[in-house]
Amino acid sequence: MWKCLHPYAKPEKSYQLAGKLLPWFIIFSAITFIVGTVWGLLFAPADYQQGDSFRIIYIHVPAAMMAMAAYSSMAMAAFVALVWQIRLAEITVIATAPVGAVFTFIALFTGAAWGKPMWGAWWVWDARLTSELILLFIYLGIIALYNAFSDKVLAGRAASILTLVGVINLPIIHYSVVWWNTLHQGATISKFEKPSMAIEMLWPLIIMIIAFAAFLGTLMLMRFRNEILARESHRPWVLRLIETDDAQRLQKDK
Amino acid sequence: MAFNSIADFFSMGGYGFYVWLSYCVSFLSLIILIINTINRKNKIIKMLNKRIARQQRIKNAPSREGIL
Amino acid sequence: MNPRRKKRLLITSLLVTGLAVSIALVLYALQQNIDLFYTPSEIIKGKNETGVKPEIGQRLRIGGMVVPNTVKRDPSNLKVSFDLIDNGGESVTVFFNGILPDLFREGQGIVAQGELINATQINAFEVLAKHDEEYMPPEVSDALKGLDHLKINSNK
Repeated sequence: MWKCLHPYAKPEKSYQLAGKLLPWFIIFSAITFIVGTVWGLLFAPADYQQGDSFRIIYIHVPAAMMAMAAYSSMAMAAFVALVWQIRLAEITVIATAPVGAVFTFIALFTGAAWGKPMWGAWWVWDARLTSELILLFIYLGIIALYNAFSDKVLAGRAASILTLVGVINLPIIHYSVVWWNTLHQGATISKFEKPSMAIEMLWPLIIMIIAFAAFLGTLMLMRFRNEILARESHRPWVLRLIETDDAQRLQKDK
Repeated sequence: MAFNSIADFFSMGGYGFYVWLSYCVSFLSLIILIINTINRKNKIIKMLNKRIARQQRIKNAPSREGIL
Repeated sequence: MNPRRKKRLLITSLLVTGLAVSIALVLYALQQNIDLFYTPSEIIKGKNETGVKPEIGQRLRIGGMVVPNTVKRDPSNLKVSFDLIDNGGESVTVFFNGILPDLFREGQGIVAQGELINATQINAFEVLAKHDEEYMPPEVSDALKGLDHLKINSNK
């Protein structure tokens, strides 16, 4: 059954597949972002306790969720990269890291801007906030480690190992609010229970989660294509591809 | 619609500063990420084009054996 | 799977499980210190697992629900005092001199940081509001009044 996947282990085929998928991802994430933001800011009712400040949730929760989802996919790719030594898996790790880092930054920043008016403090060293900050440092560490080696084979391997080591932080972030008492409240949306949010507030949140997921997919595809070109720059297929692209552009200009 | 007027919308029940700060910084960072990705693509393509041009020059260069 | 891949699989899995176990042990050892706050019952009776009680004069954080009708404000300045309670039924009085967060109200979860003056009194220099994970429009909240949906620290 794995036979059908074999062609995609070839960078050329993956590059083309990513290019075909990309426009759909761009359109989908643009639409969901617009719908989710407008709905969340304009049409969702204000919260009974927090008033309009709760609208920050429409960025905060999706960014935090997708920062962790990005890390999980990186960890899986890193595992494949280390065991089967598939170069594309390494490329996936390094293509995803900056997106995850930006999402984590957004989650931390919006959390602080929400914490100030509601809790009374920008930052508290509780288990949830601290473990989320560690996630940001792990992301930055992976990016820095990859860039520190000029030998990209070695760099990819080092980054993959660090990614696998850091995966231990994910359950800690998720369960921090359950295991310890924290200022941060428990999860509003969890898999097994009914979400503790009124339905007319929940819809825009779900759309924003989808939007962030689609954005993650879009940026992963774009960066994945970039990294393939950079890593394969000596291969004939890359040069041929650039030459035909240039020829097409010249034709268009005429 | 959750707001009665545009002024209401911008003040966000007194929390305008925090809400708009969050949204602006978030979207700005996403845009910076997009720009960074596109820049990197352009840089790689420029590098590849240079390489192609150099190969062309090597191929087209007249043999120097006669001169030396 | 060829033997080299098998070896790599083994090494990577060992690396991850080894690290997971060691971090789990560290966290277990640090458990008390990672808790952000004491609950009122923990201040009076000691922590659940270890029975450790905070000492008088110790700087600590306390988290609990503001008991209705115990908020006393000094009309001439910002001084305020209120009782905090948790599921254990014990209550502790907090004294504070400063501006309270917007969410501060009776029945609200609060985390205060300060010094323990005696077994049941705390002089706080910082009061933070803790809210729960429930979000709803005011109309729904009004309809639910009397059902006591406000919960503090229900996961503990």
